Amino acid sequence: MRGAAHVTRAACAVAVVLAAGACGGGGAPAGGPDGIVSSSWGDPQNPLEPANTNEVQGGKVLDMIFRGLKRYDPKTGEAEDMLAERIDTTDSVNFTVAVKSGWTFSNGEPVTAKSFVDAWNYGAHLKNNQRNAYFFGYIEGYDQVHPASGQPTAQTMSGLKVTGERTFTVKLTQKFSTWPETLGYAAFAPLPSSFFSDHDAWLARPVGNGPYAVDSYTRGSQMSLRRWDGYPGDDKARNGGVDLKVYTDSNTAYTDLTAGNLDLVDDVPASQLRNVEADLGGRYINTPAGIIQTLAFPYYDPDWNKPGQEKVRRGLSMAINRQQITDRIFQRTRTPAKDWTSPVLGPDGGFDAALCGDSCAYDPAGARKLIAEGGGIPGGQVKITYNADSGSHKEWVDAVCNSINNALGNDRACVGNPVGTFADYRNQITQSKMSGPFRAGWQMDYPLIQNFLQPLYYTNASSNDGKWSNKDFDRLVDQANAEADPAKAIETFKQAEGVVRDQMAAIPLWYQNGSAGYSERISNVSLNQFSVPVYEEINVG
Amino acid sequence: MPEAQYDDGRAIAPTGGGGAMDLATAEGETLEKAPAAPPGPGPAGRPRSLWSDAWHDLRRNPVFVIASLVILFLVAISIWPQLIASGNPLDCDLAKAQQGSQPGHPFGFDGQGCDVYTRTVYGARTSVTVGVCATLGVALLGSVLGGLAGFFGRAPDALLSRLTDVFFAIPVVLGGLVLLSVVTSNTVWPVIGFMVLLGWPQISRIARGSVISVKQNDYVQAARALGASSARLLLRHVMPNAVAPVIVVATIALGTYISLEATLSYLGVGLRPPTVSWGIDISAASPYIRNAPHMLLWPAGALAVTVLAFIMLGDAVRDALDPKLR
Amino acid sequence: MGRYVIRRLLQMIPVFAGATLLIFLMVNVMGDPIAGLCGERECDPATAAQLRKEFGLDKPVWQQYLTYMGNVFTGDFGTAFNGQPVTELMADAFPVTIRLTLVAILFEVVIGIGLGVVTGLRRGRPVDTGVLLVTLVVIAVPTFVTGLLLQLLLGVEWGWIRPSVSSEAPLGELIVPGLVLAAVSLAYVTRLTRTSIAENRRADYVRTAIAKGLPRRRVMTHHLLRNSLIPVVTFIGADIGALMGGAIVTERIFNIHGVGYQLYQGILRQNTQTVVGFVTVLVLVFLLVNLLVDLLYAVLDPRIRYA
Repeated sequence: MRGAAHVTRAACAVAVVLAAGACGGGGAPAGGPDGIVSSSWGDPQNPLEPANTNEVQGGKVLDMIFRGLKRYDPKTGEAEDMLAERIDTTDSVNFTVAVKSGWTFSNGEPVTAKSFVDAWNYGAHLKNNQRNAYFFGYIEGYDQVHPASGQPTAQTMSGLKVTGERTFTVKLTQKFSTWPETLGYAAFAPLPSSFFSDHDAWLARPVGNGPYAVDSYTRGSQMSLRRWDGYPGDDKARNGGVDLKVYTDSNTAYTDLTAGNLDLVDDVPASQLRNVEADLGGRYINTPAGIIQTLAFPYYDPDWNKPGQEKVRRGLSMAINRQQITDRIFQRTRTPAKDWTSPVLGPDGGFDAALCGDSCAYDPAGARKLIAEGGGIPGGQVKITYNADSGSHKEWVDAVCNSINNALGNDRACVGNPVGTFADYRNQITQSKMSGPFRAGWQMDYPLIQNFLQPLYYTNASSNDGKWSNKDFDRLVDQANAEADPAKAIETFKQAEGVVRDQMAAIPLWYQNGSAGYSERISNVSLNQFSVPVYEEINVG
Repeated sequence: MPEAQYDDGRAIAPTGGGGAMDLATAEGETLEKAPAAPPGPGPAGRPRSLWSDAWHDLRRNPVFVIASLVILFLVAISIWPQLIASGNPLDCDLAKAQQGSQPGHPFGFDGQGCDVYTRTVYGARTSVTVGVCATLGVALLGSVLGGLAGFFGRAPDALLSRLTDVFFAIPVVLGGLVLLSVVTSNTVWPVIGFMVLLGWPQISRIARGSVISVKQNDYVQAARALGASSARLLLRHVMPNAVAPVIVVATIALGTYISLEATLSYLGVGLRPPTVSWGIDISAASPYIRNAPHMLLWPAGALAVTVLAFIMLGDAVRDALDPKLR
Repeated sequence: MGRYVIRRLLQMIPVFAGATLLIFLMVNVMGDPIAGLCGERECDPATAAQLRKEFGLDKPVWQQYLTYMGNVFTGDFGTAFNGQPVTELMADAFPVTIRLTLVAILFEVVIGIGLGVVTGLRRGRPVDTGVLLVTLVVIAVPTFVTGLLLQLLLGVEWGWIRPSVSSEAPLGELIVPGLVLAAVSLAYVTRLTRTSIAENRRADYVRTAIAKGLPRRRVMTHHLLRNSLIPVVTFIGADIGALMGGAIVTERIFNIHGVGYQLYQGILRQNTQTVVGFVTVLVLVFLLVNLLVDLLYAVLDPRIRYA
């Protein structure tokens, strides 16, 4: 690999010779504290509203232009007060929130209690079509603004009350002791009044209260963010700004990084991991993130919901050589799963490396025995369904199937079943059409063990795609949520996770790391626990 | 990719023309003048000599001989892959992933640790099946619709020509992405079906033009004057003489369908496992082009040779059928 | 001539309606797009219903089609799922793709016809055989392999070009993608011109022109080339539409944000409005270019007259 600078020069020379166009991108922009970082990006799927963004690409921007009541520490993931002066409760149902003074949006408007309450009411209301509306579902009055069917009967949630310039109260519908810790999620960000008065203009150029402000936004191709010098927080940007450039194929983005046209790629494709060392030297990071990949089962299909079949599921789990797949396919950017949460929670937060135990260890003989005891694979063949349009799902599904086939000594025991588009894949799941195990990925919304269990395994929960249902599990989760002592709550959640393990409700595969490569121009690059680069800490030059 | 839609034969057919008879004649005229057009029959009245002349020429054409031998070999290993490959294409050991050539495994291993040689040999079956079936389907549907339009003219022609335009206007790869993204079957039939659905207009136009020009020949007029029925005219006199350009274009198109299958796989909507196909392997290997080029090289090479053989065959047949080039 | 053009324009109406209906139905076959909007979880039913209503997906297909076409005639191509009007996407995407297509067509015309004339005049010579073989290989290798190879070699290993195209997509950066896009058609143009030239070289009118003692160059350009170009013009004309809509692979490899990119995104997200909107414009381009090509016939070959 040639030096990136050399390549850049050559590329510039060619570009200058061939066209009048100036050599942009990684050309030779200013370094130092005003240097601009260029970074790969994916086109956000939904409009860039805080309560309407449920994927990483939109989340990246929100993380730069918004600060909420809480913020998850980029390193430890702990929820720390950001705009919140205090959040008090005595009964885990009624909360009083006090907002710090001195905060403004980048247009100068002060951030007040009303900025939050209006934003949350907007996010919850049915007519605004916010994809993340359910985040407000714990607040009293949500059912009136967002009924399951029919028209809303109220404009605002009764559980939210502005009690002063910088204080408001929140009433929940149930006990939820760790509720304040969920407030670091982007959906809970405050919104300026211009969001409501001139919505289209706001969408064309979002205004927030974070360390960066949007300078220009060409949808579908690029967003330029610049440091907001008036930002009152401690986490001021150490660079002049960030240019996010849309790439359709992460391979192309990586190629551009090696050619010196891009400073930061936060999703290094698996196929390039083998040459990352040669291309980038040490300019590559691989850190744990709150993402777990599992195989879920269609419990609505009678074939897959017979008593005793937990043995088949455990057998399949033991037929998967996780270590080999994470080494060979993912080059150790994923680590074999040992429970159903994530190592980023830490042992205190509920992560337990011993929870799954033998059930997650590769054991072909044990696998064959268990599957036979459990009545064999329904239909004689496991079809693992996945969406083929993104990620490297095909590679690992094929590898998992080969592993199962080799363990069972039958080259047709398992076969991948790609679905063309993510939308169609989700459709088949929501319409309960799966006829075998399917890919289930979970990226945490906030670093709580509750977030890894309740949405995925609680009866009829929003992401319980396999429709698994277990009374013991539900009871333990309810109990844990009502627990005022966080440590006790986590213990109870772990008991609930034990039920998931005993039933092998879903096969845990691996924890996904965040991986990123960067150019020689920038330093101090890190990823937070949501695998999003911590842009404001990056130094240029 | 546009390649599947076009080939030299495409130029023979004037683009979406008027359906009315006067214009149809004008088109027919263009057709006769269009140099690349193999004018179906030879001199009127000696239709058979064209074919025997062509065969006489072909046997002496090295291009034809080589292409035919390659195709025969491909067909043979499609039917009996065990002849030259003893392994199992589904037998994969991840521990060997991406390893290069070694004894017993001349082409090395792919990203899943499957033997590239075995998979390349077994992939021939899929590609040949897709190519042959899609071509047969396209040729049949296209020549029937095109032939009817050309033969009957007037309203049926206007209607069918507009229908041809409708299907022609949809970009092929785009249609493939849309239609195949919902398919869940892991056989080759949806892919073939899609190719027939969007490929027939190409043949239809050529068949139509060819039939129009044959229809005006004296022997057809004579048969009509003798009171032959439409069906008899069409089946006995027109079709046999109008079929030559269709065969030429179809042979060339066959290669492009094989190539299209690979492109669809690259876009994630092609064939699905456990089907073994060059397209699947090429697209799986393409991200590894820097690290393990052998994974891409062999299936892509096999694909290129196959496509090449069919195009060369079609080329040779066209030259042989075109008296002007003798 | 005028009457012919009017008749052709009238005939376009059913084709246009048919093609748009076809693509509308095809995209509808893909199913409900709403489920894909909520990430790895189920959309809550109320939001899903609301979204369906907003995008008009709660109506029967025929009604959706009629409403859509009605809006199209008033210049309203609908809204993409990210809240952006489709016309805005088009305004961004089409200029880029038109530039790319122009580069590709330029390659086809200059290199394709150039090589075709050379080989056609030297049939059977080594240069002819050589070029013929190269064109065959170009046709035989799938575009995405050619594209990835060129990107790797020129962009990464040798550093001659940018491996991807920046969002402004200046002409200079589109040269290699244009070449990749044109590669297969270029090979066809070469072969087509070659056959055409070789054949017409022996035509009576060329012999006459030579016999008359006209300079060789004049015979070449005025008589031979002009007559040989008819099939080539047909091909290139038909290719324009296909190049614009078929650039999905090329645009993906080189990260070009043009029509192919928008279509690919639209299909992945099952965004009916984007896909149908772009295809509608492509169909229009296809029909108009076809008409122009047919009119060009009359210019190139005086024997053809349209009444």
